[in-house]
Amino acid sequence: MPVLTDEIRQKIQSLIPQYPHKQAVTLPALHLVHDTLRTVSNEAIVEIAELLDLHPAEVHDTMTFYAFFKGEGEKLGKTRLWVCRGLACMLRGAYELIDHCEQKLGISCGQTTADGQITLEFAECIGACDGAPACLVNDVHAMNMTPEKTDQLIAELKLK
Amino acid sequence: MPYEPVLLARIHKPDSTRLEGYRADGGYETFARVLKEKQPHEVVQQVKDSGLRGRGGAGFPCGLKWTFLPKDHPGPIYLCVNADESEPCTYNNRILMEKDPHQVLEGVMLACYAIRSQKAFYYIRYEYGDAYRATQAAVDELYAAGLLGQNILGSGFNLDIVVHRGAGAYICGEETGLIESLEGKRAWPRIKPPFPAIEGAFRKPTIVNNVETLACVNQILRRGVDWFKSLGVPPNPNNPRDAGSYGPKLYTLAGHVEKPCCVELPMGVTLRELVEQHGGGVWKGRKAKAINPGGLSMGFIRCDAPLKGEDGKTEYDIPLDFNGPGQAGCLGLGTAAVTVIDDQTSMIDVVHNTCQFFAHESCGQCTPCREGTGWMLKIMDRMRRGLGRREDLDILIDVAERIGIMPGTTICGLADGAGWPVKTAIRKFRDEFEAAIKSGTTSRYAKSLAMAGH
Repeated sequence: MPVLTDEIRQKIQSLIPQYPHKQAVTLPALHLVHDTLRTVSNEAIVEIAELLDLHPAEVHDTMTFYAFFKGEGEKLGKTRLWVCRGLACMLRGAYELIDHCEQKLGISCGQTTADGQITLEFAECIGACDGAPACLVNDVHAMNMTPEKTDQLIAELKLK
Repeated sequence: MPYEPVLLARIHKPDSTRLEGYRADGGYETFARVLKEKQPHEVVQQVKDSGLRGRGGAGFPCGLKWTFLPKDHPGPIYLCVNADESEPCTYNNRILMEKDPHQVLEGVMLACYAIRSQKAFYYIRYEYGDAYRATQAAVDELYAAGLLGQNILGSGFNLDIVVHRGAGAYICGEETGLIESLEGKRAWPRIKPPFPAIEGAFRKPTIVNNVETLACVNQILRRGVDWFKSLGVPPNPNNPRDAGSYGPKLYTLAGHVEKPCCVELPMGVTLRELVEQHGGGVWKGRKAKAINPGGLSMGFIRCDAPLKGEDGKTEYDIPLDFNGPGQAGCLGLGTAAVTVIDDQTSMIDVVHNTCQFFAHESCGQCTPCREGTGWMLKIMDRMRRGLGRREDLDILIDVAERIGIMPGTTICGLADGAGWPVKTAIRKFRDEFEAAIKSGTTSRYAKSLAMAGH
């Protein structure tokens, strides 16, 4: 049984004509798989490589450069909650916010809650410095975060 | 009279992202006119004449960069839009992309026409989800309106724009790192030469331009060279190599200001005016101690330090043009992202934070950078735990001065950027560092993040 659904395969294939080389579809393909399956397993790497006429090692090499992707044996929660620790956020309470989230969720950065709902991460500057301290909910900025606002956000994400 | 914004003129309009609204404000009229009336080389000349310098950090003259492309190349030639804005404390490109994506896209289209490119790759950092969606939606609108694709407006000019997302790596903002990442590889910067204009994306001639630069290209073609040169600072007559600092600039304010925001002003506003008048001053009625004038890589100024050769002025009074930050010992204007640090913040915590960033983001290709950023962080981590040694400060400065493309030990400038905040902070606040080492003061953050220091 292949890991990649027909839908993912079709999406990956539809991107190929946009680029001069198939290898350029590596990052978009990794994103598609990672977003849907919440991980890129070794089997998924082999299947992406087949679609792009690459050796699996080439896909693996690229993927592991970006610490962004979770590989074999790791899995993202339903929502990925990043807390920015860049200088602008640090000056406005980011480290305290990271501590707060870790305590609230009972996990450390890089871990996922037992119910599989939230993966907590620290982020390097996410470019939301006008709303520091800021978080990233998957890829959407949440700005001017206070402990109260963060608790509320976490409560919403838990129910998702 | 207060300056009337041009680049940010549309951001507060309802539906500012939509094609309809952009066209109602005269959008794409410039593009249509240029297609009809101008030859590509005339567009290049106009941008060259304007003196526009890249807004991404290095300040390289944009038109000049375009002329490095081989003449009469059979193609393809590519444009890569650098929207990997990852320099800490910088967010001006995000505002443009989220609020006025068509302004940038018209700049992209004009640039492609000028450099005879039929394909642009718009590389957006992953963290800018909203900017990505706004840009992609705008590109979709352009295809639907016949402004992208084949034979645009009957001119015979073809252009496709592909929006490409990054995956959270700072190094992708370095132009050859971006190209490698776009090609589906690890984002290891390339050794130059060859420069991208000769051999870039997919081994073809490529121009990499920043988002704000392209928005400026749009406005230069729309309003003319004279308008652009009426703003900003002319070249210093005593410096034959100075290309001037013309045009409007988006400045971003962050950190300990009352009102962190993005403002557009003619190039050359002073740091003091920017913070006091546009940022509402330092927060909580405190005083500014240090300021990072252009993204972390540029280093720090000390607000109460006298400015060399300028009577009665301090480093707080430097103008934010391409030369100003250099007067105060910083690397340059960088991204013009201003971060204020108040008088109750420890510079040890600040430098630890910058070291933490660069150690995390070093791509690992060049040993001096990979090891140097790592060891600087280790030393700062020890210092933050109250275990600093007197010799640490000289070691840090020594490392900071030896890693980078300027001392010639690395392929790209990431390590230079790691070094400048360290060496400027230690040189300008040595008293504070020495006192902390002597007293063994522990940072209030030392415990909470001791485990997350990697």
